[in-house]
Amino acid sequence: MLHVAMDAVEEVAKLLYIRALKVLPDDIKQGFARLDASEGDALARSVLATMIENIAVAERTDNLLCQDTGIPIFNVAIGQGVAVDGWALTEAIRRGTARATREHPLRSSVVHPLTRVNGHDSCGIGVPVINLAFVEEAGVLEIEMIPKGSGSENGSFLAMLIPADGVAGIKRFVVDAAIRAGGKVCPPTILGVGLGGTSDVCMHLAKVAATRPLGTRCADAHGAALEVELGEAVNALGIGPQGLGGDSTAFAVHVELAHTHITMNPVAVNVQCHSARRARARFTEQGVEIGS
Amino acid sequence: MTHHALHMPADEAQVRALRAGDTVTLERTLFGIRDATQIAMFDGGRRTRLDLRGHAVIHTAPNVRRVERGATNQAGYEAVCIGTTTSDRMERFTRPLMEREGVRLIIGKGGLREESQRAFQKLGGAYLAVIGGAAALETTWITAIEDVDLDDLNPESLWRFAIQGFGPLIVGMDAHGGSLYRDVNAGVAARRAAVLAKMGVSP
Repeated sequence: MLHVAMDAVEEVAKLLYIRALKVLPDDIKQGFARLDASEGDALARSVLATMIENIAVAERTDNLLCQDTGIPIFNVAIGQGVAVDGWALTEAIRRGTARATREHPLRSSVVHPLTRVNGHDSCGIGVPVINLAFVEEAGVLEIEMIPKGSGSENGSFLAMLIPADGVAGIKRFVVDAAIRAGGKVCPPTILGVGLGGTSDVCMHLAKVAATRPLGTRCADAHGAALEVELGEAVNALGIGPQGLGGDSTAFAVHVELAHTHITMNPVAVNVQCHSARRARARFTEQGVEIGS
Repeated sequence: MTHHALHMPADEAQVRALRAGDTVTLERTLFGIRDATQIAMFDGGRRTRLDLRGHAVIHTAPNVRRVERGATNQAGYEAVCIGTTTSDRMERFTRPLMEREGVRLIIGKGGLREESQRAFQKLGGAYLAVIGGAAALETTWITAIEDVDLDDLNPESLWRFAIQGFGPLIVGMDAHGGSLYRDVNAGVAARRAAVLAKMGVSP
């Protein structure tokens, strides 16, 4: 039985938030290298070069990649044979988030939706977002931290399409979402598409898709084929990095899906910006491993 | 394509000389402004003691550290990470920023819309694109936080930054009706039907 200490969770939550803001995962760096090699537009290449330079400057100066500290999201995966007090875990994550904000310091980007009051600790009602999942692997607890930027989050779309709209309706909706989002979502992006489920599940699937590492594929074969087709389509639009034109609109289109009702055909789009930040910790009997 | 170095503040002729696609580097002074700042100033009727006439404002809400006020930190803050936010949300504040406060240049990411374009044409202004998400780099162009007003809105206060070699920025929208964003959007709209058709989808 793996026992996870709550003071360790608090420290790790703090560390993950700061690390995610500073160090871009290798799959995103490789994504930049691919776009840089294939981009045909001169202005777009210079925009990509500035983004790539920024990744190096952030590491060299130990600074944040982007000013947007985002809405902090923690995805917790609890394996078999793990003893954990769920309430204490979520409280430890909140404390770690608040400490990262005060002690680094970071800009608290979190406000009450009506009063717009900022508590200056990146926490509030329902924030940080903490998603819990139970997984088969034994003796492991994983925490993934995603600081979700608002420029790309504002490029979120949901349509409760109907069966008669078919797959064609899904494709048209995704292309039009990419056009509406344009340069506002800080392209090149990972365009996350959620299909099926209920309305809330569909939107969540789009977020899972948008924050999935580059190079991974949808586990469903039909979804995986749609990823390739939509990826080519979105990059043929010419929106380009920062919406200034070019071939590099999206690193990839990712699809996640769930079965849905006979009368429903829901589709959601959620966008991850080029600062596709992420950090992960893995608790086992051997200790804690930090990575991305 | 021409490169311009502007020592802020700038006059109308200098700003009208900028053309979409040109590059610009700013020197000396830059103001930071954001949603809440402009909602307070233009919807809430609040006034600032800072003089924005002829200046550039950047759409930002920085990460800062509180420090003792001193010769180099007169506002009591030092920069941690200063970047740029999406401009489109602040579209309706372009004209009042120019008319009431005398702002000449707006810096941001993602571009502004037609009403801003008309304000730039009529009043002599331009939109400069900075690369969004490249904040670590942008922070190296800022030498100090010189002043802050409306700080109850922190981090969406009105900030005055001292800058050195701020750029290169890309002129996204100019005072002559030129807009890189409009050109790109027109191209995207023209390609949409073919992109859909390739997937067997009607427009």
